[in-house]
Order: sequence, then structure tokens, then C-alpha cells
Amino acid sequence: MRKEFAVIMGRELAANPASALILGDIGVFGHRESFEKFPDRVFNIGILEQSMVSFAAGMAIEGMYPTIHTIAPFLVERAFEQIKIDFGYQSLGGNFVTVGASLDYAALGATHHCPGDVGLMLNIPGAEIYVPGTAKEFSDLFSQSCRNKKISYFRLSEKTNSASIKTEYQKGSLVKKGHLLTVLAIGPMLNLVQEATSDLDVTVLYYNSISPFDAELLRSNLESRKLYIVEPFYENTIAPIIQQVLTDQTVMTRSKGIPRRFITNYGNTNEHYEAIGLTSRSIRNDIKEMLDA
Amino acid sequence: MSYLRKLRTQIIEVAGVAKEGHVPSALSILDILFVTYKEFLPHSDLSSIDNIGNRFILSKGHASIALYVVLHDFNQITTEELFSFAKYESKLGGHPDRNKIAGVELSTGSLGHGLPQGIGMAKAMKIKKAVGHIYVLIGDGEANEGTIWESALLASNHKLGNLTCIVDNNLSSERALDMGNMANKFEAFGWETLEINGHDHGEITRALKLRKNNKPIAVIANTVKGFGIPTMESNPEWHHRSPNPEELAMFLGEMR
Repeated sequence: MRKEFAVIMGRELAANPASALILGDIGVFGHRESFEKFPDRVFNIGILEQSMVSFAAGMAIEGMYPTIHTIAPFLVERAFEQIKIDFGYQSLGGNFVTVGASLDYAALGATHHCPGDVGLMLNIPGAEIYVPGTAKEFSDLFSQSCRNKKISYFRLSEKTNSASIKTEYQKGSLVKKGHLLTVLAIGPMLNLVQEATSDLDVTVLYYNSISPFDAELLRSNLESRKLYIVEPFYENTIAPIIQQVLTDQTVMTRSKGIPRRFITNYGNTNEHYEAIGLTSRSIRNDIKEMLDA
Repeated sequence: MSYLRKLRTQIIEVAGVAKEGHVPSALSILDILFVTYKEFLPHSDLSSIDNIGNRFILSKGHASIALYVVLHDFNQITTEELFSFAKYESKLGGHPDRNKIAGVELSTGSLGHGLPQGIGMAKAMKIKKAVGHIYVLIGDGEANEGTIWESALLASNHKLGNLTCIVDNNLSSERALDMGNMANKFEAFGWETLEINGHDHGEITRALKLRKNNKPIAVIANTVKGFGIPTMESNPEWHHRSPNPEELAMFLGEMR
């Protein structure tokens, strides 16, 4: 996804003289071609995330289209108020592209973990939140959103699905139709869900756009009244959205995601996923429990 | 009644009616705002030189009543609107909203946001080769915020000669943090600096006209919080308090 970001960003900078890329001392080598081609609109601004976001808002006020990039916790968590007020409250558009999703920087420890980014971003009215499952999905979403004058948050992750799912812009997708339960897979969680449910009579829905959320797809594929959600961030992050969508229905719901506690081990992402049960085996067991309930 | 006395009177009357507002902060910046809008902004005095494309940002948004009386004075808002300050449906809030008021560049209130945004605006203007100058007014208390010093680094690194930061140095910070010599601090960050009396219109005008090639300019404007009302001057009791009718009468009587 990082490589695709450099490609699509280079294309955007070439196509639009009002687009700018602002890096927080991250991704500088990856975007080296853009630095060479567009030195007046590509900056390594330094390690000052709060001012970086406000700086970008100032550019947006003057009619530019800023894309801001650094590691998720430092952009979303440290500079949250700047995103909320300078972009959200002031009705300005900007693209926020992060790496280091959830436990991607496992070996670096909890300071670099970020399972809370999407939950935070959901608190900004009007913010668009994208969790692409592949580089191509990211490329498509970015191309369609990057000049829409809204907050567009793109959560890039190391873990990706083996193939892209064809989705309409800002819509979910029906991957498989079954009868006994509906599984909602978000972004890079799809492959785990497919592995866990290959021989089960369940519906699988796929979402890479959290906000806006395709409510109609979920409502029209929930005949079983049993919903299992697999989230690549904190478990139950999208629970408020689901509650709003299903306000007139009684549905048995369960979420699998990153548990809400500080994770203090190191190692790699797969070891963490194994330890917290974010595996196809664990997902399958959960689903079977729900089917028996 | 001097012209500025008329505006000072409006500040305390508006706060008195609304029972809201940061009056001493508004009084400390009033002279700076009046001169800035009169001399440097396109929607005030169009005959003035050097005003096309200029922008002004009130980063210390809690002093908004001063901004509103100045905008009223330059016919940007009506008297009815001015005296609707802080009411439920008013467009004039305790902190200004750029989406509601023409001539307000930023929605400020959370301190430390105006300067970095002003720097982004100045940078964008340079990229677009636009003519104009960005003026940002911050407080010395606001300069406690880390973003002010992040911004100070950014502005000099990006050689933003089209930016002036005015520090309303009314010593608000003294009770918490001693900010020391503000001019020396900005100078250490690569800015051109000068120190003025923030209530002297001639000094303010000369300072805001200053340009130094590719260096941003910091104007340390020494001001008095609550300026013009002796009871209120440098008296922290009044930081966020509006006068009742008796106090209003007393203030009008003692006002300079």
C-alpha cells in the first residue's frame, strides 16, 4: 500500500497544481520522485504533527488540496484536536494517510500501536474513513476522494487481502450469500473471514468504507438476525454505527477485533494476532458458538 | 469621547448585555485590531496602501468582542448583530466562526491553532505567487502552547517573509509561566523581531508595515490587559467576567 501511495500521490500532484503532500518525516524515501518533480508542493515538514495538520488547514483555506502523511498514532491521536477543529469544524478538506495500523509496528511496542484511530475519527462529524483491503482499493478510493473537500482518512496497513473486492465507491460488497448468520469483514480482515467460513452457510459482507457506511447492504442481508463483525481495530469500534443502522431490529451481535487493553509484547503482527485470537480458527469458533446459540 | 473610547464602551456594553465575554483581553488588543483593519485589510479602508490580499487571524479567539466592534465600526456587521453577541442564534460567539462572519479567516478558540494555520496560508500564497501578507495575533499566554514554537521553526525554515505574528504581550502568562524575553525567543527561532507599545497607533502601523525579505516578523506588542479601565487593568478577577449594570456605570465613569 505504501508503494501504491507514492504512485497515486505522484499522479495526483502531476494532475493538479493545487495538490500538496506534507510528510511528517515519514515516507520521505518512498516519495522521492515527487520531491524531485514537485519541490514547491512536497514537504518533509518535520516531526511536529499538530502544527503539520494546522499548516495543512491553512493551505486548504487558500484553496489547496493537502495530503498529510505519517504514522497513525502521531497523526490521529496526537493531532486529533487539530483535525477536529481546523478541518472538521472549519469545513475544510484534507487527505490523511497513515501507516502503522493497529499492531503493524508490533516490535516497536505500544507507543507505536494504534487500534484506536478509527474510533477517534468517528467522533468528527462528516469525516470519511476508509480502510482499504488492498493497494488497488486504496488507489481507487484515494483517486475518487482526494479533492472532495472533506476530511478523508485512509488507513493503510501491512496486512492485505490476497485479492481486491470490486466495490462501488463508498459502498460495501456482498461476498457470499448464506442463511445462518452474517459476517461483516472490514478491510484487511476479509481473508481471515473467508478462510474461517469457506464451508459455512453464512453471508459475508465486505466494507472498506466505514464512514459513509453502506447501511442498506447490511439491512438487506441480515435475515438470520445474527451478526458477527471482524474489525482490524479495537473490537466494537463500529458498534455505534451498527446500532444506528439496526435501531428497529433485534440482532444478536458480536465483534472480534483488537482487545481494549495495552498490549505490551513485541514480536511481529502475526504473533500478536495469534495471541489475541484474531485468527481464522478463532473466528470460526466464535461463529459456531453463535450458530449454536 | 475619543474614537477608541467609543469602541471600548461598546466592548463593555456588549459584554454587559450578553453577560459573557473576555473583556480585558478584548481591551488589550483593541488598538492593534483597529489599526490592522484600518490600514492593512481590504474590507476596511480600501484607499490604504498595501492592503490587497492581506489576511488577519485572531488566534486568541476569546478576545472576539474586540474583533466584533471593529468589524461593526467598518460596517461589516450591524449594530443589532453586535448586540446579539453570544445569544443562541447569533453569528457572533464567544469565539469567532469563519463560516458565519465575513472577514473572519479562522474559527479560533482553542489556543495555538492560529499561527500554524497562518503559516500554511502564507506558504500557500507563496506557492500560488499570490500578493498579500498574513497577520496573526497571538497572546503571550497562548505562547505557552508548543504549536507556537513548532510554528516559529516552520515559518523561518520556509522563509515566510509574508507573515507577521503580533504577540499581545499583556503578561497574562505571568501567573503560570514566565515567558521571559519574547523577542529574544522569536529571534532565536530565526525571526526578525521588534518591540512596540501595543496601544500606540503610530508604532503599530510602522511595525505592521515592516518587511524583511524572507524572514517572518514577530511584533512584540506590550499591552495592558483591560486597557482603558483602571479597575480592570491587569486585574485577573475580570479575565472572564462581564459587568453588571452598576459596574458598567462605574467603568464608563472611569474609562480613559
